[in-house]
Amino acid sequence: MNRNANLIVRWFHQLGSPPYFDRFAARWAPWGYGLGLLLMAVGVYWGLFHVPADYQQGDSFRILYIHVPSAWMSMAVYALMAVYAVIAQVWRIKLCEILAMACAPIGAAFTLITLLTGSIWGKPMWGTWWDWDPRLTTELILLFMYLGVIGLYNAIDDRRAAARAAGFLAIVGVALLPVIRYSVVWWNSLHQGQTISLLGKSTMDASMIPPLVIMIIGTKLWFVGALLARARADNLRRESGKAWVAQLAEPRA
Amino acid sequence: MTHAISPGLKASARALFLRDLRLLWRRRGDALQPALFALLVVTLFALALGNDRATLAKSAGAVLWLASLLAGLLALDTLFRGDAEDGSLEQWMLAPVPLAWLVLVRTFMHWATTALPLLVAAPLLAELLHLPHSQLNVLLASLALGTPLLSLLGAVVAALTVGMRRSGILVALLALPLYVPVLVFGAGSVVQAAQGLDVTGALLMLGAGLVLALVLAPLAAAAAIRIALN
Repeated sequence: MNRNANLIVRWFHQLGSPPYFDRFAARWAPWGYGLGLLLMAVGVYWGLFHVPADYQQGDSFRILYIHVPSAWMSMAVYALMAVYAVIAQVWRIKLCEILAMACAPIGAAFTLITLLTGSIWGKPMWGTWWDWDPRLTTELILLFMYLGVIGLYNAIDDRRAAARAAGFLAIVGVALLPVIRYSVVWWNSLHQGQTISLLGKSTMDASMIPPLVIMIIGTKLWFVGALLARARADNLRRESGKAWVAQLAEPRA
Repeated sequence: MTHAISPGLKASARALFLRDLRLLWRRRGDALQPALFALLVVTLFALALGNDRATLAKSAGAVLWLASLLAGLLALDTLFRGDAEDGSLEQWMLAPVPLAWLVLVRTFMHWATTALPLLVAAPLLAELLHLPHSQLNVLLASLALGTPLLSLLGAVVAALTVGMRRSGILVALLALPLYVPVLVFGAGSVVQAAQGLDVTGALLMLGAGLVLALVLAPLAAAAAIRIALN
């Protein structure tokens, strides 16, 4: 094994130590928040003022710049949570338990934003706020899954046992992700199909795409910031009895 | 040597089965509660919908499905709790047979005591709700395939919450999202039958789900029990 690979492995092991992670998160969380906010501001401005109106949907299509990135995040965050949960189950890495549980509220928020913006978009387009259509229903179930994970994590007193139980639930719920992703394909749905594709040609006009890409990257960065900040808080709470946390609090006290 | 001492799969299943039956018989008043609850739910729905024959007939399939789902949900909490409290669940974990096997036997008992009476009573309840007779077979088939699936999914949730002193509303919050697909296909098949459509697809989906859950759910529930009792 060469030196570089060794360094990466060492860094990985270091990151697992609570004080080291605390410094790492404190350093990078503002960057995630800041860059995310900046990109989202640019994306929203571009999407609202520089993109021409849609020939069919008029101006109301612009809500897609919030709806689509949130929808992607609602599923991506769940997948990431499940990955952390698997690592936590198999290798019992404490940090991964914390990270998995920090994912849940953020993912729930993205899911809620997706549902709300979709509902607002649905009113002028379909003439209804809500429809029991496969995609809408599965997204709602995804929200319940997030709430279940959060509820289970908070219901058990022992933090580590709670994280393991809630992580297990998250893993069980992964079965839902492909159903949401392909619900528009499998069932005859009111929700429109995929119009944007990473590989191959999108069916969306080229002028509409750049702000969307910016928004997608922006939400990802924002998520990184939020994840680090939440995980840091949980980490500090769990380690609150330790000397290094006391030292951390000392200068301010 | 050890082979002669340790009980096999069949013997352990039989022992657990007989023990559960005996416990059930000693408290036979409680055993009827899920069926009674379902009857009450059906009554409440019938009264709430206003005694209109056409409306009742249209919603009968959905009401019966919901009644069995809720009756099973109420009984979920007792699935492993008694054994967790008196320590037998720890003996399950130490037993020479796989924990998943014992979980499967117990889940079968749960289904046989909560869903099976309902299945037997379903034609009567369907008559109360004026379900058209042509749909009765579809309803019974979907319930027969769907309720074991509900019990198996519920076993995973019950196992996750077994470590808690009281789980209350949390069990419902965790179990209901997992129940949704079963309900969609189960109650959906009755609706399809009412529209004169072919129901084979929905029933096959339920059957496929049941086969998958029969294999995977006991393993998942066993893992969850290990996590909860640690």
